[in-house]
Amino acid sequence: MLEPTTHPAARSFLFGRLTLDSLPFLQPDLEGRIVLVTFIAVCLGGLAILGLITKKRLWGYLWNEWFTSVDHKKLGIMYMILGTVMLLRGFADALMMRAQQAIAFGPNMGYLPPEHYDQIFTAHGSIMIFFVAMAYIVGLINYVMPLQIGSRDVAFPFLNNLSFWFTFWGAITFMVSLFVGSFSTAGWLGYPPVSELQQGPGVDYYIWGLQLSGVGTLLSGVNFVVTIIKMRAPGMTMMKMPVFTWTSLCTSGLIIATFPVLTATLFLLSLDRYIGTHFFTSDFGGNVMMYINLIWVWGHPEVYILILPIFGIYSEIVPTFSGKPLFGYSSMVYATCAIMILSYLVWLHHFFTMGSGADVNSFFSLTTMIISIPTGVKIFNWLFTMYRGRVQFTVPMLWTMGFLFTFTIGGMTGVMLSVAPADFLLHNSLFLIAHFHNVIIGGVVFGVFAGVNYWFPKAFGFKLDESWGRASFWFWQIGFWLAFGPLYIMGLMGVTRRLSHFDNPALQPYFIVAAVGAGLIALGIASFIIQIGVSILRRKQYAVGGDPWNGRTLEWATSSPPPAYNFAFVPNVHERDAWMDMKRHGYRRPLEGFNDIHMPSNTASGVIIGTLSFLCCFGLIWYIWWLAVASFVGVIVASIAHTFNYHRDYHIPKAEVDSFEHSGNWQDAAQGANA
Amino acid sequence: MTVKRLRGLLLLPLALLSGCHLALLDPAGDVARQQSDMMIVTTAIISLIVVPVLVAVGVIAWRYRASNKQAHYDAHWDHSPSLELLVWAAPLLIIIAVGAITWIGTHQLDPYRPLTRVAPGQPVAADVKPLEVDVVSLRWKWLFFYPQYGIATVNQLAAPVNRPIDFKLTGDAMMDAFSVPELAGMIYTMPGMQTVLHAVINKPGHYRGFSANYSGAGFTDMRFTFDGLSQQDFDQWIAKARAAGGTLDLQAYQKLRQPQRDVPASSFASFEPDLFTRILDRCIDASQTCMAEAMPAAAHGGEAMQDMSGTHGDHAAPTAAEKPASTQAAETH
Amino acid sequence: MSSTAVDTAQSRFLCLEEPHAHNGTLLGFWIYLMSDCFIFASLFACYAVLGTNTAGGPSAAQVLDLHGLAINTALLLVSSVTFGFAMLEMSRRRKGAVLAWLAVSGLLAAGFVTLEIREFLGMIAEGAGPGRSAFLSSFFTLVGTHGLHVSVGILWLIVLMVQVGKFGLSEANIRRLQCLSMFWHFLDLVWVGVFSFVYLSGVLR
Repeated sequence: MLEPTTHPAARSFLFGRLTLDSLPFLQPDLEGRIVLVTFIAVCLGGLAILGLITKKRLWGYLWNEWFTSVDHKKLGIMYMILGTVMLLRGFADALMMRAQQAIAFGPNMGYLPPEHYDQIFTAHGSIMIFFVAMAYIVGLINYVMPLQIGSRDVAFPFLNNLSFWFTFWGAITFMVSLFVGSFSTAGWLGYPPVSELQQGPGVDYYIWGLQLSGVGTLLSGVNFVVTIIKMRAPGMTMMKMPVFTWTSLCTSGLIIATFPVLTATLFLLSLDRYIGTHFFTSDFGGNVMMYINLIWVWGHPEVYILILPIFGIYSEIVPTFSGKPLFGYSSMVYATCAIMILSYLVWLHHFFTMGSGADVNSFFSLTTMIISIPTGVKIFNWLFTMYRGRVQFTVPMLWTMGFLFTFTIGGMTGVMLSVAPADFLLHNSLFLIAHFHNVIIGGVVFGVFAGVNYWFPKAFGFKLDESWGRASFWFWQIGFWLAFGPLYIMGLMGVTRRLSHFDNPALQPYFIVAAVGAGLIALGIASFIIQIGVSILRRKQYAVGGDPWNGRTLEWATSSPPPAYNFAFVPNVHERDAWMDMKRHGYRRPLEGFNDIHMPSNTASGVIIGTLSFLCCFGLIWYIWWLAVASFVGVIVASIAHTFNYHRDYHIPKAEVDSFEHSGNWQDAAQGANA
Repeated sequence: MTVKRLRGLLLLPLALLSGCHLALLDPAGDVARQQSDMMIVTTAIISLIVVPVLVAVGVIAWRYRASNKQAHYDAHWDHSPSLELLVWAAPLLIIIAVGAITWIGTHQLDPYRPLTRVAPGQPVAADVKPLEVDVVSLRWKWLFFYPQYGIATVNQLAAPVNRPIDFKLTGDAMMDAFSVPELAGMIYTMPGMQTVLHAVINKPGHYRGFSANYSGAGFTDMRFTFDGLSQQDFDQWIAKARAAGGTLDLQAYQKLRQPQRDVPASSFASFEPDLFTRILDRCIDASQTCMAEAMPAAAHGGEAMQDMSGTHGDHAAPTAAEKPASTQAAETH
Repeated sequence: MSSTAVDTAQSRFLCLEEPHAHNGTLLGFWIYLMSDCFIFASLFACYAVLGTNTAGGPSAAQVLDLHGLAINTALLLVSSVTFGFAMLEMSRRRKGAVLAWLAVSGLLAAGFVTLEIREFLGMIAEGAGPGRSAFLSSFFTLVGTHGLHVSVGILWLIVLMVQVGKFGLSEANIRRLQCLSMFWHFLDLVWVGVFSFVYLSGVLR
């Protein structure tokens, strides 16, 4: 009905409902040609990369050192790479939408038919949240948190690897839909009835991609909580933990409490689609509202899952570059916990206009507003941290300043939307779109860039280029306001979201400005990539030691990049900013007396289980039942086989530790011994 | 009135910037206008804290820049009980103010609550019967029943100015949102459920209506016109629809509900009387189970929804007839 | 700075001995069970909302059989007790007894799953399958998800029996048995919820 591409009759045993007609790049229309060009480009690019890897004989290195690695630092970096690649994909979707909306006025229908446009906004939203923002967040937590608590790794290193592969294959599931079949048109949350009624593999791609990555995220959440609770360095009580670790803990708590709801909801949706149950149908007693409630019970905490660790990043950056401890540490911790709990009590504000009645609406209105109190407290705390400080406007600090301005305004428009009666006007308008991009870009994206610029020297031993970093910042900052300022204004004119064509020519100038803004953001992303490229080329020139920013927390106490074991001796913590405390007391790094260090071994199980799970999902998407069953059995067998491996660890001999401790990258003055 | 001044303050720069009519800040219907007032007042209150914070971010960052060696530097200052009290109390007070206004406004402007006034200082006269309109969102068009006049229209809606309108809304297959920003904001329409909206239009004019909830490929074109007319013009409008002829019976409805994009406006001089109820009860074709038959013990779906979202307001909806708990499944009509 | 000061700083800030290996597995598994609770909570919520939407089909009182339920519940509860015996034997390090009690628990749970499948097949044969109405959809999904968990538990139990048999009551195997024990009792608790919320209240309604 919504999508003409599949023919239920044409099903074979071998390929299920997958036929040559399902390949959009074989279709003769304009869309087909666009996809064909993309497909060829991706194939050539992919072949080039594979060829290069083969030529340089890197397969063994990649497999042994990265794919099968259980090192939280390497997994963190792989998450960041995944996030960046998916950012390019998600942003390409954004550019296509902006282009369509800028030209599709009156007789001009634009270059995208609605079915295609709808896929693009669906893919944009879900990719940006699940595979960009989440990948970045999990990546940053993975890299930084264990270092901050003075640990050697996370609590469950194998699970960490498995989580990554689930997330990776979830992303691949989304990417495959580009070239094989089509994607969901049901919006990033897959609301029924659209997601119930849409034929074809689109919604199934969406469901299984999210199920894979959802499992990965859940396992990461469990992993992080246990790591933080069980593996902190001696002396680091809860109230001495760095704020980023605190926010990681709260975020992981939220993940554990909400991702199962997402899993259950998508599971029920897939039952409706596959075996004809009636959870969210319009007939036979199903209830659409049930889905919308459930999905937002996950969905609203999800935005706090994204923003809390980002608050943590700012809470590390502001003190470091103000040369002062964080103002109001306990306020910050309590505010974080308050947000974590409150975020579970606000979901209904996403559908005040469903008609739940005044008492229900008022309740959720108020809880939503109450969240702005702890959030406001945080803004004040960062402000007072700068107060009486010596603020250095490095690139991470620049992003933080951009965040403070942008996010505060986003917070204000958020409170406007939380006023239920006002929401009856603003709901689903472009004002809403502008608002959530304001907090997600102004908060999460800026925070990720701040964090990447801040911790990159730790991960690689050299700083990122300053001028390209500044260029990236300004392109993003100006681009953001040009892209979303017009959306705020059009929202106030009453223009709604997700339209692929307009009949009111007065709106066109706004959309053109918005498209220009998106273009500037594209330059911002390009600058970021150039920044990384340039910095790699000049890595000798930009080389730094273990503590390039005069940091305050334990991650700066070790070499850059850190050795596999992170710390030769586990630190003993006495004060909050533990590393600052050590430096103040004239700590010097010991160069002898090392012990053998007990470490987890690499394993291929994560790659195998992840890949088989993907095949199972692919079989389910295309009704290739033999593939689904076979790979499901494969997953079980591989998991059981993994449990028969009792030798999951090894010791790094002290000689090796000794040799690294004498050769690692420590040259900063504050590092003591080698100074 | 202060709201008026605030609105002027807000409208002026934005209007200059946009050169367009900002419908949400200056709507033509009393309900939307009150909603808009709420938005403006709460924005003004939040600005009391947001604007100083924005200024402070700039000032503090500049004053304490590393190169300014004159500024006081205190490498250990990290807490101050009085300041911390302030940073919790200031947003709290703002939120108490905004929250109180919101609580009252949410109850006053509950879409289920019949209007008590048609304009500021102009209560609903005792003898005025509200205009009843039953709305069905179809793929991808809007169907309006006027039970008091016996006509039905597609993609065109009209109402006399200053007469309260009682909308009852449902959906045929998809979930949409009936939205006329100038009139009273929006409300969802869902298959098998009925929502209610009370509204009034104060200024004659031609307004935009559309679906504000994405419902598939034809969603973009799911627009309708809403005309605010004088009583005389409205009577003519009705007469014209009657003169145009056509009957919306079950068969015609079956045809109408087929998915179709960019549908021109049309009208029917008469319709099958219980059609709206049948649509609501999902009693249109054989593949659907009629909810009235399927659930002799009355709307369980609605009951359950009520359980889920808490109890419904007592003071929200004065008349019992209008009180079906929120978006509930159809009861017997 | 003198060398004694360096040493003080070192011992103040570093653990010069390797710290003991932590063990977070039990905590981690417990947290996983809590997250599983949220899956069941969502399914219970669905049943609460949809459980009376029979769409003209049979209601809970018409299709649910309390006799089968009594046997079912007894099997599962007893298997929890026998699993407890296995754990007691484990703390006495008696491998054979552990394996025996595990086998008993597994058989009881298998009996539970068999009865449940029979109940499901019977209902489907009567035309009361999961596609008949929202009530039946939510019933089959809630009860079936529990049954699926029990089946996974049985598979895990078999694997663990092989491992205990082969490698003995090693530290790793003891940890695994403890996890499975938590899982087993957790499923019992969930069943008590299903039993009272779905069956008892369904029949009483």
